[in-house]
Amino acid sequence: MNLPEPRGPLSAAVIASLRGGTPPEAVAVDEQVPVLSDEDAQLALWVLFELHFRGFDDVAGDREWDPALLRLRGNLEARMEAELREATRPALHAAPDSGDLAEDLFALVAADHGPSLASYLHRHATREQVLEFLAQRSVYALKESDAHSFVLGRLDGPVKAALAEIQYDEYGGGRPERLHSTLYADALRAAGLDDTYGAYLPQAHVETLAANNAQAVFGLRRRLRGAAMGLMAAFEATSSLPCRRIAAGIERVGLPAATAAYFHEHVEADAVHEQVAVRDVCAGLVAREPRLRADVLFGVAASLHLDALVGGRMLARWGAAPQVADGRRSA
Amino acid sequence: MRLCPGGPLLVRGADVVRDEAGVAHAVTRPVVAVCACGKTGRPPWCDGTHKVVRRG
Ligand code: FES
Ligand SMILES: [Fe+2]
Ligand SMILES: [Fe+2]
Repeated sequence: MNLPEPRGPLSAAVIASLRGGTPPEAVAVDEQVPVLSDEDAQLALWVLFELHFRGFDDVAGDREWDPALLRLRGNLEARMEAELREATRPALHAAPDSGDLAEDLFALVAADHGPSLASYLHRHATREQVLEFLAQRSVYALKESDAHSFVLGRLDGPVKAALAEIQYDEYGGGRPERLHSTLYADALRAAGLDDTYGAYLPQAHVETLAANNAQAVFGLRRRLRGAAMGLMAAFEATSSLPCRRIAAGIERVGLPAATAAYFHEHVEADAVHEQVAVRDVCAGLVAREPRLRADVLFGVAASLHLDALVGGRMLARWGAAPQVADGRRSA
Repeated sequence: MRLCPGGPLLVRGADVVRDEAGVAHAVTRPVVAVCACGKTGRPPWCDGTHKVVRRG
């Protein structure tokens, strides 16, 4: 893909620097504005992180490790982490501590009452709204689970084996046509949408960008490996039931079977992934490194928080009342 | 093979899983979750329904 259009001074400075091969111009940032709700900052972050994923056709490859860009990104990441820690404090304060981390994680997810996009898509969404949802989701799904792969090299033993097992399934189990990102591209095409990587980045809501960026904020930093795995596990644990609803909604509005197929696959796949992610990856990691417990919980709470923002934005845009929470989403 | 409390049976390394009626289902994943609560909508696989059953 090529560099996107900027959405404000910060993303403009980043994009101009990448395009021109010049150091980024200093931009005065208003630290009062939360990074989480600042689309200019989130787009800047998304673009900077993308250098570590597929990159851009119009950017020289070595800019991935440009110290000035890394410093700029580090500031944004630190603010985003602090905001997420603040936002999740109440949920974490109320989190159970039974001595069985797997049960605590499932309970934390079950206690979440964020708005359910899946219930709305299931029963009420128009065909246009379903298409809009699919387009928003593509920002993540076309690079599905890639951020978690960065964590593999930081784990060992049974925890590494468990994450590899999940990733192998996300990556099609040896069949490239079954890569979840490929299934998503198929789903988009069947629905008449553009399956080009990054095609819907210009329409991505700030919440969509933030949820996508959080995976990289945690996944690219060894210190945050516990949070990265908590985020991944919450993603998997809020997927099976919602995906069944979304698939039913897709069928209700008459979109093709290939579009629903991605969601049907996730009903089954994520019923497996959530067990492996919560029990073998998260609980396994904390058994080896007990001081990571707080960060694993933080990752779970951050995922629920971001998901509520993504769903809330879309429901508000459609004038829909928040639906009853049902353990949402797909990974 | 491992039973997840309140949830499915995780099975690793199987080629085929037989449901109660004896019908064989091919395994295409490194691990599969076989429904142990009896409430799944797509037997023999777990589809997450056990959570609703448990809570409701
Ligand atoms: S064990 Fe999960 S649906 Fe039955
Ligand atoms: Fe997936
Ligand atoms: Fe998954």
